[in-house]
Amino acid sequence: MNWANSEAFWAMGGYGLYVWGSFGVVAIGLVAEVLMARRASRQIWRNLRDEVSDNQAP
Amino acid sequence: MVLPWFQYAAPQRFYGLAGRLYPFCFVLAALLGAVGLYMGFFVAPTDAQQGEAYRIIFIHVPASWMSMVIYCAMAFWSALGLGFKTRISGLMAQALAPTGALFCFLSLWTGALWGKPMWGTWWVWDARLTSELILLFLYAGYMALTRAIDDPQRRDQAGALVALVGVINVPIIYFSVKWWNTLHQGSSVSMTQAPSMAHTMLWAMLGVTLACWAYAVGMALYRVRGLILQREHDTGWVQALAQSQAKSLNQENPAESGAGA
Repeated sequence: MNWANSEAFWAMGGYGLYVWGSFGVVAIGLVAEVLMARRASRQIWRNLRDEVSDNQAP
Repeated sequence: MVLPWFQYAAPQRFYGLAGRLYPFCFVLAALLGAVGLYMGFFVAPTDAQQGEAYRIIFIHVPASWMSMVIYCAMAFWSALGLGFKTRISGLMAQALAPTGALFCFLSLWTGALWGKPMWGTWWVWDARLTSELILLFLYAGYMALTRAIDDPQRRDQAGALVALVGVINVPIIYFSVKWWNTLHQGSSVSMTQAPSMAHTMLWAMLGVTLACWAYAVGMALYRVRGLILQREHDTGWVQALAQSQAKSLNQENPAESGAGA
């Protein structure tokens, strides 16, 4: 085990800002991409449903 | 002879296949990511020269690899699309682009946060960093171009051209640390030599890399489903899908359907 306690873990030997700044932004980026892709998918479905309901009710 | 996987080149088949595969990809990505990060933070030892700051390697290197691999994959699909006129190729390339751009940005970002404590600077115009920045611009250009063209065939072709011309940049990034004197270090892991790092570090990095692969494949499959629906919106099977979904939504929520009609 590398870390004596949780404080040492978050401090990263004085490089906490850089290490967590890296991994944190990666996490934010991945979550943001998933959310954006889901939103895009929902919009596509909405457009498709509107399209078929327009076709059905002339 | 008709190869069995050619049937998946049909958009409807591929839509179904992608729908079955992408959840597995995300589960695999989560598992591999957890194992890789655990090894990277709790098993891999402190670096003798860089202290704990080196742990950025466990995401910086995978992100950088992915940014190059995904661009190569886009070029591959583009070549397939131009050569064989397969219908989903252009869509696959377009589905991969945002994920590649994200990894490219993350590579630059984590590199800056590693460069500051180790080199004393966030950024330097050396060959490795500059060629990676050019890759980000190629991704941005590809996405802007394909989204600006409405005609499907022209969109795919223009995108394929950018992907195929831009892929020249990938070997330039890869070999930049050999061809030029760069502040960026040479590769710690190469295809021809034994890696110059501790085994636990290597396994941690490979774990995260495989997680990123699984994530990228899952993301591309998820996104390509939407692109297929858009492209094929006037075909019978997509219309039928949309109708059945609209019907099931109406049954769940009849008041809304009345208001929306």
